[in-house]
Amino acid sequence: MQIIDMNTTDLRALNTALQAGEAGSAWSVHNPAGRHALAVGLMEDMTVTIDGHAGYYAAGMNQKAQVTINGNAGQGVAENMMSGAVHVKGNASSSAGATAQGGLLVIEGDAGARCGISMKGVDIVVRGSVGHMSAFMGQSGNLVVCGDAGEALGDSLYETRIFVRGTVKGLGADCEEQPMTEQDRTILAGLLERAGVTDCTPADFRRYGSARTLYHFHVDNASAY
Amino acid sequence: MCGIVGLFLKNPALQPELGLLTSRMLRTMTERGPDSAGFAVYNALAAGQRKMTVRGITPETQGPFEAGFLELVGGTGTLLQRHDHVVLTYAGVHEAALRAYVRDFGAGIAFAASGEGIELYKGVGLPEHVATRFGLEGMGGTHAIGHTRMATESAVTIAGAHPFSTGPDQCLVHNGSLSNHNTLRRQLVREGLSFETENDSEVAAGYLSWRLSRGEKLDEALKASIDDLDGFYTFVVGTRDGFAVLRDPVACKPAVLAETDDYVAFASEYRAFAELPGIANAQVFEPEPQRVYHWDHAA
Repeated sequence: MQIIDMNTTDLRALNTALQAGEAGSAWSVHNPAGRHALAVGLMEDMTVTIDGHAGYYAAGMNQKAQVTINGNAGQGVAENMMSGAVHVKGNASSSAGATAQGGLLVIEGDAGARCGISMKGVDIVVRGSVGHMSAFMGQSGNLVVCGDAGEALGDSLYETRIFVRGTVKGLGADCEEQPMTEQDRTILAGLLERAGVTDCTPADFRRYGSARTLYHFHVDNASAY
Repeated sequence: MCGIVGLFLKNPALQPELGLLTSRMLRTMTERGPDSAGFAVYNALAAGQRKMTVRGITPETQGPFEAGFLELVGGTGTLLQRHDHVVLTYAGVHEAALRAYVRDFGAGIAFAASGEGIELYKGVGLPEHVATRFGLEGMGGTHAIGHTRMATESAVTIAGAHPFSTGPDQCLVHNGSLSNHNTLRRQLVREGLSFETENDSEVAAGYLSWRLSRGEKLDEALKASIDDLDGFYTFVVGTRDGFAVLRDPVACKPAVLAETDDYVAFASEYRAFAELPGIANAQVFEPEPQRVYHWDHAA
């Protein structure tokens, strides 16, 4: 285990060291104190623990690495993640997992507004609730919410699957509740297991998806263009 | 951008450290607002006593201004100089005459705030320098709010720095921008309010003061602002007894709260909390949009 103390280390030095780390290595980042852009752009299968609260864009652009944040994360945690896993033990601020294309993002607490905005293949599991406009323009991947969802869930949705266990304050344009298929149940059960969620089952959730009326050209609307 | 901080002490034992803790929070928000900074510190006086912060005092005007003040309040007032600001303490009966005295004095002297608890300081420059200039670290009190400004819509001036105070013991700091402030300013002027700047945030402060002057409670006034103010905002509003937080419905301007048994802290980013005592065990959460969060000491 290699330890980096942010009280005595420059942010660029931290990210340079982590980006040069070898597969299989283990790192612990002490005294993060809410700094931005911690542990970004990692490209090897290593484990990194951020021991405290992180600021904006923590673990952004991640590939392969397993990053754990022992605290809260600011805006845009795991933004544009490609693969690997990011685990937030506390709450996450807005735009968690924004535009992420792969990997697994687990948030033990609540996520703020726009969780999974424009997600493109990432799987996101939130143990708590998500804020308004979550999965906005979600293109693929899965958003699992064990708590409640705020207003305008799944607005302008493409093909992201959304599973919510609690209440949904309101659905966004072109987002609708859909029947849970056998395939959905299998995907959801797999995600709950990977996220270590043992206190709820797929039967507790409702499934939401795109009604597909917005993103296909409709000839009756031609005069509107 | 812009950074906002607020600190409300529940534990009276921390009151001597209010300024020190606030100055650390303010310094951390320098990257969000390096152009100017300001802060309001609340420390209530005995009943019947009031204080007024006046800014723009120079070595040349200090003597005549003080002499005129003491003559006006009959020699019972006190005067505390902090850099180019001065805090006057006096019996409440002199309020109106003193406001007129400050207004008419000229020579760049301007009214900043008055009330039973508020002291309000602001200046151009890095937040750390502004805080040091006024000796924020040594100030005690019950609660404080502060602002670091990155100017976008109007000039970098002291008048354009936050907080804005438009009513007794009231002040507001704002991160964001309002789009209907000109219309609203005209409406409020018709209601008898006056404004010192073209700044959108001053209009928000004036709007809340106007509502409060009609007998509304702070949370009622803030709820009404959701319908009447158009734009982006995270507001922190200070009153004699506490402060309140409100975010607009879209909530694109950041905000985070931390609560322990000893205090409630607000900031634009978590970084500002990092040096607060007991922060590791604080409940840290993001305020929801359109919901008024309000803490006050029982009056």
